[in-house]
Amino acid sequence: MIALRQVTRSFGRNAVLRGVSLDIPSGQSMVIIGGSGTGKSVLLKCILGLVRPDGGTITLDGQDVTKVERDAFLARFGMLFQGGALFDSMRVWENVAFRLLRGGAKQSKAQARDRAIEKLRRVGLTPDVADLYPAELSGGMQKRVGLARAIAAEPEIIFFDEPTTGLDPIMAGVINALIREIVTEMGATAITITHDMSSVRAIADRVAMLHAGVIQWTGSVGEMDATSDPYVQQFIHGRAEGPIAAIR
Amino acid sequence: MSLLAPVAGLGRATLGLLAALGRIAFFAGQVLSHMLRPPFYLREFLHAVMQIGWFSLPVVGMTAVFTGGALALQIYSGGARFNAELVVPNIVAIGMVRELGPVLGGLMVAARVASSIAAEIGTMKVTEQIDALVTLSTNPIKYLAVPRVAAATLTVPVLVAVGDAIGIAGGWLVGVNRLGFNSATYLQSTVNFLEGWDIVSGLIKGAVFGFIVALMGCYHGMTSGRGAQGVGQATKSAVVAASVMILATNYLLTGLFFTS
Repeated sequence: MIALRQVTRSFGRNAVLRGVSLDIPSGQSMVIIGGSGTGKSVLLKCILGLVRPDGGTITLDGQDVTKVERDAFLARFGMLFQGGALFDSMRVWENVAFRLLRGGAKQSKAQARDRAIEKLRRVGLTPDVADLYPAELSGGMQKRVGLARAIAAEPEIIFFDEPTTGLDPIMAGVINALIREIVTEMGATAITITHDMSSVRAIADRVAMLHAGVIQWTGSVGEMDATSDPYVQQFIHGRAEGPIAAIR
Repeated sequence: MSLLAPVAGLGRATLGLLAALGRIAFFAGQVLSHMLRPPFYLREFLHAVMQIGWFSLPVVGMTAVFTGGALALQIYSGGARFNAELVVPNIVAIGMVRELGPVLGGLMVAARVASSIAAEIGTMKVTEQIDALVTLSTNPIKYLAVPRVAAATLTVPVLVAVGDAIGIAGGWLVGVNRLGFNSATYLQSTVNFLEGWDIVSGLIKGAVFGFIVALMGCYHGMTSGRGAQGVGQATKSAVVAASVMILATNYLLTGLFFTS
């Protein structure tokens, strides 16, 4: 289980996280929603150690994430970045097999390539894509490659940072369905951050809303639709009027 | 209050400069520390050797040949004022191997390599590729900075050696074809005059300048601001910092090597 307690983080005078507390049980798909600039990405980066929190604690299975052995800790994670973050100097298969070609669990080039092609197939891409460079792919294909890279080493925990941003509704639906399928079949713990409500409904077991630096609300998708919380209602219905300022 | 404003500004600028130097020194320490510990990324190192060493040869060679030629003309016309035209081969040789070869080679590599490293790593930073490296259990300093810094430290002395030879050849071409020197005499004077330390000191300078160039490219790339403007600023800062540090370090090394 991932547990966050009173996590704070500021950038200069801008207090982005002001005491975030949240539990994500193993095997659950948690989706964190919230407006742009509310610190959703910062929260994920704090868990991964890419950003150091100013205060509070983050534990994974009871161990403080700042005190664990980094390589072993990171080997448990996979992450799909918002823009894909594919290495543009490498071919698609080398991107997918990046972790398999290096480190403790290093495989031969042929084995790593086979595994990469298998993962590419899993996300709906044909093997002929393997030898292309990321710049030769469409946005949707890049997301799929990023997804294949995130699951290549079969991690226990997968993070998805705005997985459907920049995609057309059909491709967004495809990516959402893929994420749901993969998370279910791998039994992985998933944290997705998004402001796309179709993603929330497709991916989430539970939903948390981040607003003003704290978790404003948590509950299941069904509870989200039924809640009277004005922040959640304004957000999920996309209303300009409400407690959340439209200009931030 | 307003009378003290310039002093306060100067203090802030000094503190800012010292803080920047501290950050660069810390970064250099991290790079050196990772250089000595596995894993080593041989493929990335060989790629950097090609990018920094091999592909810089044309620009370093062109710079050297024209500098050697111009130096021969300058020394000939300047030496004529006190009947010392015959020192052209000696001064071209010593000037190239001790100073102009390493300094101009270092500056040309700074312009070509520091900028490209900073732009490449800066772009990787703004597109979250560096964060992706971390999530894939790969240390960005070890994977991105160490191969480039090691490659530049090893290849720039080779570039300097080639530049020295081409620069001396440029002086020889001008000396023989325009200034009327005998070819064999010119070459004999050059060989007889140069000492081993003249050449070795230039190569040591080359290694130090190579380290500086790659270090500045990597540091400014990894600390790049957001967006195209941030990457542009990082690229500019890398070239300026590398150039200034090369000139300052050259002065220090020349003092260390040749004054006692």
